[in-house]
Amino acid sequence: MDFILQPWPWFIGGPLIALSLFLYFYFGQNFGASTNFETLCTMAGAGKFSDYFKKDWKQRDFALLFVVGLIIGGFISSTYLIPNQHVALNPKTVQELTDLGFANTANQYFPDEIFGKNAFSLKGFLILLFSGVLVGFGTRYAGGCTSGHAITGLSNLEIPSLLAVIGFFIGGIIATWFIIPILF
Amino acid sequence: MKNIKFLILGIFFAIVLSKSQAISWYRFYEMFKFQSFHMYGIIGGAVVISAIIMQLFKNGKIKDINGNKIVPKPKKKGFISTIFGGTLFGLGWGISGACAAPIFVILGFKLIPALILLIGALLGAFFYGLISKKLPN
Repeated sequence: MDFILQPWPWFIGGPLIALSLFLYFYFGQNFGASTNFETLCTMAGAGKFSDYFKKDWKQRDFALLFVVGLIIGGFISSTYLIPNQHVALNPKTVQELTDLGFANTANQYFPDEIFGKNAFSLKGFLILLFSGVLVGFGTRYAGGCTSGHAITGLSNLEIPSLLAVIGFFIGGIIATWFIIPILF
Repeated sequence: MKNIKFLILGIFFAIVLSKSQAISWYRFYEMFKFQSFHMYGIIGGAVVISAIIMQLFKNGKIKDINGNKIVPKPKKKGFISTIFGGTLFGLGWGISGACAAPIFVILGFKLIPALILLIGALLGAFFYGLISKKLPN
């Protein structure tokens, strides 16, 4: 039980992600997460506005169940499996974030500056909403996310996935090196 | 109810991401700052093992649950779409620390902020659907 409650090191997490990919394919489907954004749009009636969404979402019922599982798994983890959300960050990272004005750095998974009360201020709300828009738009334009491109695509030696992952890093580096210091 | 296995797999995957801290905003910040090996170990480890699994799928050594050959779908091609779309995705990921699957997992940790992210992601996907035909590939 002790192991379950401790943070898992990378050499446990990495193989278990590969196991998830294996099972997803073994169950007969392509591993990925971001197509669900499209499917949810279709279910909400986006087909009225664009043919792009005129699809039969019932064919993706397996993926929707996977999404429901992700939500349940998140609740189980946060409620029962992570008594201590401390993240053992590089001290340099902690110092940098403290200098930027982040309080309580690394004592929880999500910083209060983005996921705490600030989410209810106009600025905090817009930061989250706009990040979400970029994630949703970008992943559909690129044809995949971290699961579909970085894990499935790269392991299948797909050139488009390599390009997408290069893009992920260009964006992520611009965001963390330049945008975060401006926002906070 | 043959798809109930995907529900269970979703729960498992969420627990793996949560326990290995692969949903923590701080871990992605640290990754993009090149200040830790943790996330590179997780993603790199997953990719290396998955590459072996993919070869076994392609050779037909491992078949799916119904005995059919497993053929991973090829990704759509396009230089601008993958690089530029990827960069937009990376910007959102870098700021919020949340990519696609973790947004759903984070609902279980930080309900309202994750809901705002999810609504944003759906708006983004919707917006893409509206203009997709006009975008360069």
